[in-house]
Amino acid sequence: MSNFLRTRLRQGTRTLRFPGGDMDLPERFRGRPVLESGRCRSGCRDCAALMPSQLVRLERDGPATLDVGACLFSPEEALACPDGAIHYTRDHRMAGSTRNALITPTGEVELAGRLGEGARRLFGRSLRLRSVVAGSCNGCEAELVALGNVVFDLARFGVQFVASPRHADGIVVTGAVNTNMRLALEKTYEAVPAPKLVIAVGACAISGGPFRGSPEVADGIGSLLPVDLWVPGCPPHPLTILDGLLRLLGRIASGDRGGE
Amino acid sequence: MSATADSGLRNRRTVPWAAVPRSAPEAFAADVCDAVATGWRLVSLFGMPEGDDRVCLVAITADDRAGALAAGGTVVGKEYPALSTRCVQAERFEREIAEQCGVTPLGHPDPRPLRRHPPDHAPRAFPAPTVDREGYAVLRITGEDVHEVAVGPVHAGIIEPGHFRFQAHGEEVLLLDIVLGYQHRGVEPLLETADRARAVLVAESIAGDTVVGHAEAYCGALEALARSHKTPRAQTIRALALELERLANHIGDLGAMAGDVAFQPAAAYLGRLRGECLNLLMTLAGNRYGRGLVRPGGAMFDLPDAMASDMRARLDAVRQDLSDVLGILFDNASVQARFEGVGVLTRSVCEERGIVGVAARACEVPRDVRYDHPYGAFRFAHVPVATAWAGDVLARALVRQLEIQRSLDFVTDQLAALPRGAIRAECGPLRPSELAVALTEGWRGEIVHAVVTDENGNVRRHKVTDPSFHNWTALALAFPGNEISDFPLCNKSFNLSYAGHDL
Repeated sequence: MSNFLRTRLRQGTRTLRFPGGDMDLPERFRGRPVLESGRCRSGCRDCAALMPSQLVRLERDGPATLDVGACLFSPEEALACPDGAIHYTRDHRMAGSTRNALITPTGEVELAGRLGEGARRLFGRSLRLRSVVAGSCNGCEAELVALGNVVFDLARFGVQFVASPRHADGIVVTGAVNTNMRLALEKTYEAVPAPKLVIAVGACAISGGPFRGSPEVADGIGSLLPVDLWVPGCPPHPLTILDGLLRLLGRIASGDRGGE
Repeated sequence: MSATADSGLRNRRTVPWAAVPRSAPEAFAADVCDAVATGWRLVSLFGMPEGDDRVCLVAITADDRAGALAAGGTVVGKEYPALSTRCVQAERFEREIAEQCGVTPLGHPDPRPLRRHPPDHAPRAFPAPTVDREGYAVLRITGEDVHEVAVGPVHAGIIEPGHFRFQAHGEEVLLLDIVLGYQHRGVEPLLETADRARAVLVAESIAGDTVVGHAEAYCGALEALARSHKTPRAQTIRALALELERLANHIGDLGAMAGDVAFQPAAAYLGRLRGECLNLLMTLAGNRYGRGLVRPGGAMFDLPDAMASDMRARLDAVRQDLSDVLGILFDNASVQARFEGVGVLTRSVCEERGIVGVAARACEVPRDVRYDHPYGAFRFAHVPVATAWAGDVLARALVRQLEIQRSLDFVTDQLAALPRGAIRAECGPLRPSELAVALTEGWRGEIVHAVVTDENGNVRRHKVTDPSFHNWTALALAFPGNEISDFPLCNKSFNLSYAGHDL
């Protein structure tokens, strides 16, 4: 028993203050990508050959745009621009309410706004979610699990993952939506009572991720279900998911980017 | 395939494709089966189109005691005599070949599909079969008192999809059938066709908790084919990352097992400590799972001295915390009682089936790529092989505990003595018409990437075998006889990858 107490005392309290605590992300952390439009030359297509993802959208003339929802957060994507116009910031915030919010000239994502008043009254203080994994690598799921640990402690915000769609207010979809899980995904969505939310977590669910173009996947949740929150990342850092969820619930004010 | 003759194939070396012995299907089957019967292990067995209407089968076997590998091949038509009738290690491989290549292994004891997808490595002239993605003949036991429990593919927690079907008599499970393939994304064709910048990202996404392990095996095969020589510094950085990945996952697994027996303090503390190890990987690689670090030719990021001493200090804190927390976990009588005797895997099943990793070492089978087929930094700094003997949940927990200590020692030592030099060497075009095999001891066990190049130096076949490929069979064999309520604990003690199996 004394071991228990000694260990408990030594472990102390490890829960991260959020929002507003010290995120302490390391120097090399690859957060939200940005495109310095001044350094991106119009009409230049040099990055196209080296880019391993669909992060950059090239227009015929005019500057490129960034699709943060297609970013795989690899070093190669930043290195693809010979002029160094693409780099990663340490900003973990990048979840949007619409797919288009993730596509911008500079990578400045329009961060998710809060739910409508009706939905917020229902879900704002208690949100129960069901996880559906459909063609993933288990990376995003690992970070969803990590949200439950003592550091991120998702439950303190009234958000919990539940064991049945019948008990849920919405689903969290991870993976590129592969053929072998499509039916199970549709059935799970149908089993959640309305009104319900859909949250797409990770590059795969948003755009197919590294599996984009495989005949076995649908390149993300796309037109299949109406999505309320899009969380980019490969996988998203737990703080990215947490930030998105709290913005959706109105616990972080819209437009608040903190001390940038 | 002459398992006795040394072809010179070793971990991360290549042999000319023309030097891989070819024999008639019957002789090929006999050679492989004889080799396995004399103590060799089937590391990989796969097919690829040969011309428009034939399939080339390739077997890779290992003599773990000698650190040697051997390869052999045969060419077959629409059907061939199955190896599985005499060699159970071939069972899953031949189900995979049937599904991927559209050939029939005649006499196979279990011809059901493995992942339920259309063939992706069939010769052009083979007619496309109809694939029933929903239909699967689950194994059943009938009888008045037998009942059936179905779980999945969507699970109760945040878990990958898979379907478990239990045939139970009261609480006792008589038979467990595991249906996989729900995570199938078509990884191998992507690895074979994507350009190199993208293919390594696919390799990192084979199993998201084994990013470093799979990237290491992927790069190992490519580096062998390109004759790229990594610097000692790059090798050490990559070995450090592999051990940090092992630490994070083993610590997380012990926490999850504690959670499954409702021992919440250890579950909570270990959950955080897993995160500390992931954060060390993030300091090094910019990503909590080590994405972006391991690249053909070496490492993408260096490890400066200041970072090394910071990491050592953080690891010392982890070691101190672990000694407290693992103390309260393993000293607790009720935890021991719940771990002991559950999900026993026997040594003979392990050896017969070619089980790998923690599950094998927990049955006193000292199988570990870092020791048997050492490469890179593991040739110079040895990590002792950790074993236990009982083959139950407790033994798998104890092996993890030992491996945590040894990985901590390894990482701490290596951080203090990083070799000097560059971190990345040139990794150019691949040599044409060669076979390379790269083995890595991931935290779950042996990861195999076998690559065959064509006459132009393009990838003709990239075969991936995750340790889960073998070990799902171990779970299905270990669990019957236990109470159904112990399944989550037993499952967690194996903690296998659905994504790694389903590809």
